[in-house]
Amino acid sequence: MTSALQPGRSAPRRAGQAVFIVAALVLVLASFASLDLQWTGLFSSAGLAAMGRFGAEFFPPAREPHFLHALAGAAGETLAMSALGTLLAAAAAALLCVPLARVGGGGAAARVVRWLFNLLRAIPELVWASLLLVSAGLGPMAGTLALALHTSGVLGRLFGEAIENAPPGPALALRLQGVGTVQVLLYATVPQISPQLLSYVLYRWENNIRAATVLGVVGAGGLGQMLAFHLALFQMGRTASVLAAMLVLVLIVDLASYLARRAMTR
Amino acid sequence: MTLPRAVAGVRAAGGVGAARRDPAWRGRLLWLALAALLLWPALRAAEFTPWTLLDARSLRVSAGYLASFVPPDLRAPFLAEVAQATWRTVAIATSGISLALLLAVPLALLACASLSISRLGGRMAPLPFVLRQAARGTMALLRTVPELVWALLFVRVVGLGPTAGVLAIALTYGGMLGKVYAEILESADGQAARVLLINGATRLQALAYGLLPAARAELGSYTVYRWECAIRSSVVLGFVGAGGLGQRMDESIKALAGGEMATMLMVFVALVAAADRLSAWLRRELP
Repeated sequence: MTSALQPGRSAPRRAGQAVFIVAALVLVLASFASLDLQWTGLFSSAGLAAMGRFGAEFFPPAREPHFLHALAGAAGETLAMSALGTLLAAAAAALLCVPLARVGGGGAAARVVRWLFNLLRAIPELVWASLLLVSAGLGPMAGTLALALHTSGVLGRLFGEAIENAPPGPALALRLQGVGTVQVLLYATVPQISPQLLSYVLYRWENNIRAATVLGVVGAGGLGQMLAFHLALFQMGRTASVLAAMLVLVLIVDLASYLARRAMTR
Repeated sequence: MTLPRAVAGVRAAGGVGAARRDPAWRGRLLWLALAALLLWPALRAAEFTPWTLLDARSLRVSAGYLASFVPPDLRAPFLAEVAQATWRTVAIATSGISLALLLAVPLALLACASLSISRLGGRMAPLPFVLRQAARGTMALLRTVPELVWALLFVRVVGLGPTAGVLAIALTYGGMLGKVYAEILESADGQAARVLLINGATRLQALAYGLLPAARAELGSYTVYRWECAIRSSVVLGFVGAGGLGQRMDESIKALAGGEMATMLMVFVALVAAADRLSAWLRRELP
């Protein structure tokens, strides 16, 4: 139970852990020291009172019929953005994955595709959205495209790994008969891994509904745009309703995805 | 016996030609129609009209925008500014994660059922049960609200600047880390902790000598992984005014300064890749 009795833990490893702990502490201290954090404004009695007033302004949440109507429209827009973005990304990732399916790992094309997936994945949805606003204009289309771009990088990588880890027997059997890459992919590899691919898509949809709710903050439509708008006007009751709608939407999508997953595994 | 019957069945269904038709076509058609029916309103709601991107005016705007990305802006004063913003991004993520730990560790210990004394005798007592559920509920609420929304709210309270970003990361990641810590502790072999508790050890002793030796590596590696995610988050939080690289990016996008954007995107991708490498290396080497 005591670490001294464990034979695997050698002196250099312990020294490495000590170095890591010291380095982490230095990083934390330097971080706090270099940021001009305003704790006094927050944790003084005046700050806490202001925070309490701010919290109290959220109640009661707005419930006027015409506002709720607009809210439902924005929620539908967010849902559509997330579903459409995920579907487009799945299609793009599936198409781009074809070079990765070559028996033996693929050549230059596979490297280019992997590099492209990394680039698409590295840039967050929100950054894509604000870059796209110039071309696609304000509104949900920029958000949909942003979700699709980021997600196609993520799904591309996951699909690629699934293809590479699929049992190679059936693919090789077809390949030895002279069947082309695309047919091998469609008739040998995809049938083996399709449950996995579908569960990846569902998982990304759960992620994307969360991302889609906030994308609007930069002007890309949906609930996020409403949130930013009402918060900027200090209409806290309406802000509270928008927040509640966000949480409900996320819960609904999680439930739908859970049910779909269960239906698939049964 | 079966073969003639099958042949007769095929004949009855309209001959060999009919049998060659896909027997599942009805189902496929139904699913396709259903998908189209669901997709159409989605396309309408998302105002998804990609062909508008391809008309001459919008192509000209996009081409001009893209062309402004080269060459990247590499003037020394701007690079110094970017370096400072990058450090602030890392600092916001690190401070946020440290504060998140202050929130996550107590909540995780409160929520972890392996440290329940009343459970030793069978069922957990009502009060500890309620307390555990309350801790779980708190963590669920903290992580369900996206960090960007926390940041927007805190910008209202404490004003623009890194404080809002640090608080947003602290709350969201506090909820995430706390939940996963409790799960890791509960999935570790609880036998040692149980024996310690039965023999009169306190909960903290049972934690330190019964659970941590087995769970330590996983806890550490998950924390490092989340630090990496927090760096990504802190860039995004900058877009609502929480300081760092994101805020500088937002300013450049609004000024349509493509050269600056190109530089910052490269720095951002490099930063994320470096954090990714460092975190993978630490997780491999440390335990």
